[in-house]
Amino acid sequence: MKSLAELQAIKEKMQNKVVLREGSGEKRVVVGMATCGIAAGARPVLNAFVEQVNEGGLAATVTVTQTGCIGLCQFEPVVEIVEAGKEKVTYVKMTADKVARVVEEHLKGGVPVAEFMMKA
Amino acid sequence: MKELSLNILDIAENSVKAGASLTRLLLDEADTALTLTVADDGCGMDGETVRRVTDPFYTTRTTRSVGLGLPLLKLEAEMTGGSMTVESRDASNFPDDHGTTVTAVFRTDHIDCPPLGDVIATVTTLIQGHPDTDFLFRHTRQGKDAVELDTRELRQVLEDVPLDSYEVLQWIEGFLTEAYE
Repeated sequence: MKSLAELQAIKEKMQNKVVLREGSGEKRVVVGMATCGIAAGARPVLNAFVEQVNEGGLAATVTVTQTGCIGLCQFEPVVEIVEAGKEKVTYVKMTADKVARVVEEHLKGGVPVAEFMMKA
Repeated sequence: MKELSLNILDIAENSVKAGASLTRLLLDEADTALTLTVADDGCGMDGETVRRVTDPFYTTRTTRSVGLGLPLLKLEAEMTGGSMTVESRDASNFPDDHGTTVTAVFRTDHIDCPPLGDVIATVTTLIQGHPDTDFLFRHTRQGKDAVELDTRELRQVLEDVPLDSYEVLQWIEGFLTEAYE
């Protein structure tokens, strides 16, 4: 049974890691979580990013955040990747299945996944 | 919305935007009625705004932050023979006791009643997105133990460790999964 004692242990472990975690979040994954995004399936997309960024050991450099309506409701779920000094990348019609490639190729490899991006 | 849990996620976002320090997410199942309540202590709305929030045509521009979420919930509840009500006390008229309560009743024996869906994912998603505000989640079901999670209690244990730490989110997911078993 999950207990508060277990949570206490997590706290102690985390407190020792705090210094490490404060390394600047150079990349931000922003998931649109307004009514339009949620209805289109943004929740599993967000959760896939949270899981894969952390399981993939990227937590020190990548922050996963939520935002409201980005203004592209017909293209939801929309995910933006923001990185200092680079142009923002917008992924459209995302699914949880597409997240693995974005994490691997874009967040780890530094190369945006062109086929998931919005066409001009 | 495909799942009621997605409506909960959507409506609770309004509470966070209203500056709530505590948002209560209550689900109660009794006989053929499922009652969903989202109650916050945010800034509240005046009577005129409350009247408008369920009108999708009135809200799109003037009260943009509210949008389609409440009209959708109302429509979905009414499609099952249920109802939705919004009560609110705005901070300027009720400085000591303000906030908004949205209550939706769904008839679970109606064919148009959507499944509840992944409530656990809704709770973890809310906490991930808003680690600095508190949520109380309680799901009561006939003949079963209530499932309850109060982030204020977790915060006491965690002290300065943020609620949106991955390990903490995983613990919350595991805790709720076990509570539902």
